[in-house]
Amino acid sequence: MSVATLLGAPVAERVLLGDEALAQGALDAGISAAFAYPGTPSTEIMESLLAPGREGRRPKGGWCANEKTAYEAALGVSMAGRRALVAMKHVGLNVAADAFVNSAVVHVHGGLVVAVADDPGMHSSQNEQDTRVLAEFAHAICLEPSDQQETYAMTREAFELSERFGLPVVVRLVTRLAHSRSAVTLSAPRAENPTQKDPAGARSWVLLPGNARRLWKERLAQHDELVRWADASGLDTLELADHPGGLGVITAGIGKQHFLEVVDELPIRPSHLHVATYPLPVALLRKLATYCPRLLVIEEGSPFVERRLQHLLPMRRSVDGRDTGRIPPDGELSPDVVRAALGLPAREHPAFATPLPGRPPQLCQGCPHRDTYAALRLALADRGEGVVAGDIGCYTLGALPPFAALESCVCMGASIGMARGAAAAGLRPAVACIGDSTFLHSGVPALMDAVAEDADMTVLVLDNEAVGMTGGQVPALPDSRLLPIVLGVGVDPAHAHVIAAHPSRVDAMADVIRRELDHRGLSVIVAVRQCLPAQKKQRGQDVPE
Amino acid sequence: MRIDIVLAGVGGQGVLSVAAVLAEAARREGFCVQQTELHGMSQRGGAVQAFLRIADAPVHSDFVSHGTADLVLALEPLEALRQVAYLKPGGLLLTAADPVENIPDHPGREQVLAWIATLPRTAVVEAAELAREAGAPRALNTVMVGAASGVLPLRVEILRACLCEAFAAKGERVVQQNLAAFEAGRRAAACAPA
Repeated sequence: MSVATLLGAPVAERVLLGDEALAQGALDAGISAAFAYPGTPSTEIMESLLAPGREGRRPKGGWCANEKTAYEAALGVSMAGRRALVAMKHVGLNVAADAFVNSAVVHVHGGLVVAVADDPGMHSSQNEQDTRVLAEFAHAICLEPSDQQETYAMTREAFELSERFGLPVVVRLVTRLAHSRSAVTLSAPRAENPTQKDPAGARSWVLLPGNARRLWKERLAQHDELVRWADASGLDTLELADHPGGLGVITAGIGKQHFLEVVDELPIRPSHLHVATYPLPVALLRKLATYCPRLLVIEEGSPFVERRLQHLLPMRRSVDGRDTGRIPPDGELSPDVVRAALGLPAREHPAFATPLPGRPPQLCQGCPHRDTYAALRLALADRGEGVVAGDIGCYTLGALPPFAALESCVCMGASIGMARGAAAAGLRPAVACIGDSTFLHSGVPALMDAVAEDADMTVLVLDNEAVGMTGGQVPALPDSRLLPIVLGVGVDPAHAHVIAAHPSRVDAMADVIRRELDHRGLSVIVAVRQCLPAQKKQRGQDVPE
Repeated sequence: MRIDIVLAGVGGQGVLSVAAVLAEAARREGFCVQQTELHGMSQRGGAVQAFLRIADAPVHSDFVSHGTADLVLALEPLEALRQVAYLKPGGLLLTAADPVENIPDHPGREQVLAWIATLPRTAVVEAAELAREAGAPRALNTVMVGAASGVLPLRVEILRACLCEAFAAKGERVVQQNLAAFEAGRRAAACAPA
């Protein structure tokens, strides 16, 4: 494996999730701090850093209010000369995008690595956006490991690159790497950097136009140097077939593993370039294209490499992939998908043709959200055409039967703004359903907007005192602080309530909701009871997956 | 040597615990192990699937391909049926008999088991009953570890050790319950047609 050259002598072997391998790589690279907001499939990166047993080497930081505050904290660590990791899921990078894109204009000082886990196939996400696109947009370096060992090694390398080129470096994971387990050989840990501010000071860090224009020119001028680095990095590997002509396969990320799984069944082994670096290794790509008249790109996510090839290579080359439909444009890769793309026949297998009923996820038995949705349904009965805007979390499952209580789920914090807009458009009653952690993540600014115009709407905060969907992390602030926040931004105390969410209290909950739906103006109801799995987790009891 | 396993069940049944115990036992036997799991949205009472690949040389993909699984190991029979396309010809479908009827259109135990009986090579274990008899009603998943042990190249004493460590934090009583559930599963599989 090419990444072996990145590592010193092996010191230990562990069986690790991709997320855990990334966390271990960051620890062994000498991070002083790590920051994250939970989000599947990235959550176990921070969980691993916070796990019992790490006490001696636990970096500062921890869970944050949202991805943007996490990113900015990491940037501050870098400004002070130390190394920092910030971790999030792919859509979290949208939240942190302002910090991320502009941090690639400053000249970062201590190594800054951005771990982003994409979710092709949308196992637990609302889209399957490809982080490589945002990394390129920001002119950052992106590394894409293809297994757990590479995840460990490339995370360590990412910190070196960040300091060498003065750039944030993205390590892109995908669900099946983040949440798959395999053996990883660890190497000797590196010491932390000392605290030492960037000698370049304000010239590198104050993005007033004068500095920003100069730094941006430097960044653009750096591109060719990065491409030369990529071509020579050893992270991208080219194996040409014995004879020119024939098929050339380009793999990226775990596409390589699916390709290697089936390649031996091909009558002639194709030439193969594996890319792990962005910017792309242009010389290696051109070399392969000169050798092979036909190219197939196997990459997880968008047709990122495929589209760059159309720009980099003469048009006479035939390039196949997700863009041309040789590989489906959406969904996860698998060995079966790659088999079909390579023209191999499907394998024989036993058949069971009867359609089976699906089994979608559902709220836990005894979940407090069940009581809140039951009360909301009672309160909304016989009302006119209103709207219930939903948000992101376990409680999004309230959109499914038997509750069918939510009409939207778009992005973190959207419920409050969308309900306000729907109220402005004339829908009544307008209700926003938002969890406690989502409210703290990005609901509060929207609530301030609603206060400013006393929007005719009701915000229902489903407060289970946990980030439930991702495993019961403790939110940024305890639930006892939610009402002071609500009142602090100016919600009328006569229309701000905290109620208990409990099966025996559903009628009483419905009464409170009904009263506030009748109120012509803004109201906030916080329905409180702790998430059951989170409660068990806190007590150290077993929580089945 | 390579053994590809598809694990299936319903969120909350302990599918990932089964995967973790089998993976750790395989690692201790000196095999290369790749194991996938899914967290988040998929785990809330919905269908759960995991792949486990055990081999004497490194394997590449984390996925089991259609038509290649040596074993489908399921904690719920409807979820077992969902995985049939992964079985290779001659592969074994080993499932608990007990349906989890948390969806309105679950076809029910009789229908699902009748469907399973049409497949070429299956073994159905009365896992819930065995778990109750073993004094461990929550250990249906451990019964199925025991049932699978007969067809896997993993020594019983290593599996027992892995189970002990997996449940050690919950106290000696839970450990003993799970060991009893494991033995019940082993005995049941020894009698089951496969």
